[in-house]
Amino acid sequence: MSDVIKMATRDAYGKALVELGEKNDKVIVLDADLAAATKTGMFKKAFPSRFIDSGIQESNMMGVAAGLATTGFTVFASTFAMFAAGRAFEQVRNSIGYPHLNVKIGATHAGISVGEDGASHQCCEDIALMRSIPGMVIINPADAVEARAAVLAAAEYEGPVYMRFGRLAVPCVFDDSYEFKWGKAVILSEGKDVTICATGLMVNEAIEAKKLLANEGIDAEIVNVPTIKPLDAETICASASKTGCVVTAEEHNIIGGLGSAVSEAICETGTCVPVVRVGVNDVFGKSGPAVELLHIFGLDAQNIADKAKKAISLKKQG
Amino acid sequence: MDAALKKQLEITACKARMGIIEGTFNAKSGHPGGALSCVDIITYLYFAHMNVDAANPKDENRDRFVLSKGHAAPALYAVLALKGFFPQEWIKTLRKSDSKLQGHPSIAYTPGVDMCTGSLGQGISAACGMALGAKLSGKDFRVYTVLGDGEIQEGQVWEAAMYASAKKLDNLVAVVDNNNLQIDGSVEEVNSVYPIGEKFAAFGWNVIEINAHDFDEIEKAFAAARECKGRPTLLLAKSVKGKGVSYMEDQVGWHGKAPNEEEYKQAMDELNAALAVLEK
Repeated sequence: MSDVIKMATRDAYGKALVELGEKNDKVIVLDADLAAATKTGMFKKAFPSRFIDSGIQESNMMGVAAGLATTGFTVFASTFAMFAAGRAFEQVRNSIGYPHLNVKIGATHAGISVGEDGASHQCCEDIALMRSIPGMVIINPADAVEARAAVLAAAEYEGPVYMRFGRLAVPCVFDDSYEFKWGKAVILSEGKDVTICATGLMVNEAIEAKKLLANEGIDAEIVNVPTIKPLDAETICASASKTGCVVTAEEHNIIGGLGSAVSEAICETGTCVPVVRVGVNDVFGKSGPAVELLHIFGLDAQNIADKAKKAISLKKQG
Repeated sequence: MDAALKKQLEITACKARMGIIEGTFNAKSGHPGGALSCVDIITYLYFAHMNVDAANPKDENRDRFVLSKGHAAPALYAVLALKGFFPQEWIKTLRKSDSKLQGHPSIAYTPGVDMCTGSLGQGISAACGMALGAKLSGKDFRVYTVLGDGEIQEGQVWEAAMYASAKKLDNLVAVVDNNNLQIDGSVEEVNSVYPIGEKFAAFGWNVIEINAHDFDEIEKAFAAARECKGRPTLLLAKSVKGKGVSYMEDQVGWHGKAPNEEEYKQAMDELNAALAVLEK
């Protein structure tokens, strides 16, 4: 396993856009002066006439995306997650969400793994913000393979989609046989003691956590949740019912993201099992090397394994 | 302008003013002042300028209209009803819970509405996107948007102003409905937007100043805008808030207040009298 392929999901996004552009001339890509970082630069190079740079104005870019979508284009609007979901929240809500327009928001540099740029750019609130917009689909791919598949699937879907990509090169969890199932959570490996629901780069950490737990005789079930909204409550709750407890893992504030969504589903279906959330613990990030930060903020396999044991102990108390 | 057309437009605009009063009176809320100030321009666009078909409101080649100052929705609805996009009876349902006419324009509810607006500053960006869409798809439709003068205090308007000019969106015309009043007072007192024309000119726009209630001037300006190549056009439309209803004219208090029974009757009497003169 020493030759694990690593790629950032933003790179996969850029490549997938080029792939899309080749077969669909209705695809237009917008960016706000970050083409080199969001990787939309690949599309710009391949299809310069279908790439429009607004410069540093995310609010206007989202409005332009909305207007373009009304004229029949499939529009991908890209910037960092902080500016897509944060700065332009209300434009996304009123100009894209309310009219339910065919705009795909490609939000890169999500989460703590932005690294050295620090808290101002480490958006850990975007899933919460986007979840609150009626009709918004949210996809947070685990690796480059899933990111590519998600981008292609999003282009086929009519309506607004928020796609969350990372800056950091992360291990590829999936191989070429991977098939993205719209709106579905997928059990990656079965287990009986605890369900670990993970999204984004935390999927790989969950897989590693399973190994750590196995060493202690604990059998974890790993559920990949690429689509946070709409949430596949059926798959998640069925797994939770089977194992009796849940850990959620996401590179996002523990408030409002996957952990919240899973907790809501668990409660409202009467599944009645403990849920322990792994995520950014309602604090701002800070500067540092990305991998180091992930450990500092507990976004790693060890913390997932620890929380899995906590979830199991809560189950026993019950 | 052809005299018969001018008379017809004045008659239509007068009827649209009645629609504004009818709608806001029945809703017991809404924004009559800023609707009355821009209704002549919207009337002109739909009845004498834009390529639109009420029977085919989603025609991909149609000209687009974005009411960036979405609170003036009663003006847009009144004109759309007169143009036949939906039945006149809908006007009385404005803002009610089972109505197709939302407090602010929505494409999800109303035939003929091209964009959801109401959150100020956003409509002009969408209009830029539509104009860009025409360019990218090689279509010759044009895009029109009406902004409030208070609305241009929003930073997004200037993002869009910079963008429209940089992208050479000469198929876009933005109108600033310069009635000089916003909720908290005059636009000068609150946070002065002046000089408006010079600001847009500095952003690279073709600026034309007109009287917002004079169809001759309106026609000339939109014709000039059509001829202007390589840059967007801004019509700085000097208007009177509440125009056409004596007690509402130039009164800031009529920004977001509906007429009561007595006020409704007076407004309709005035407008009916004006209509009678026009139709004589």
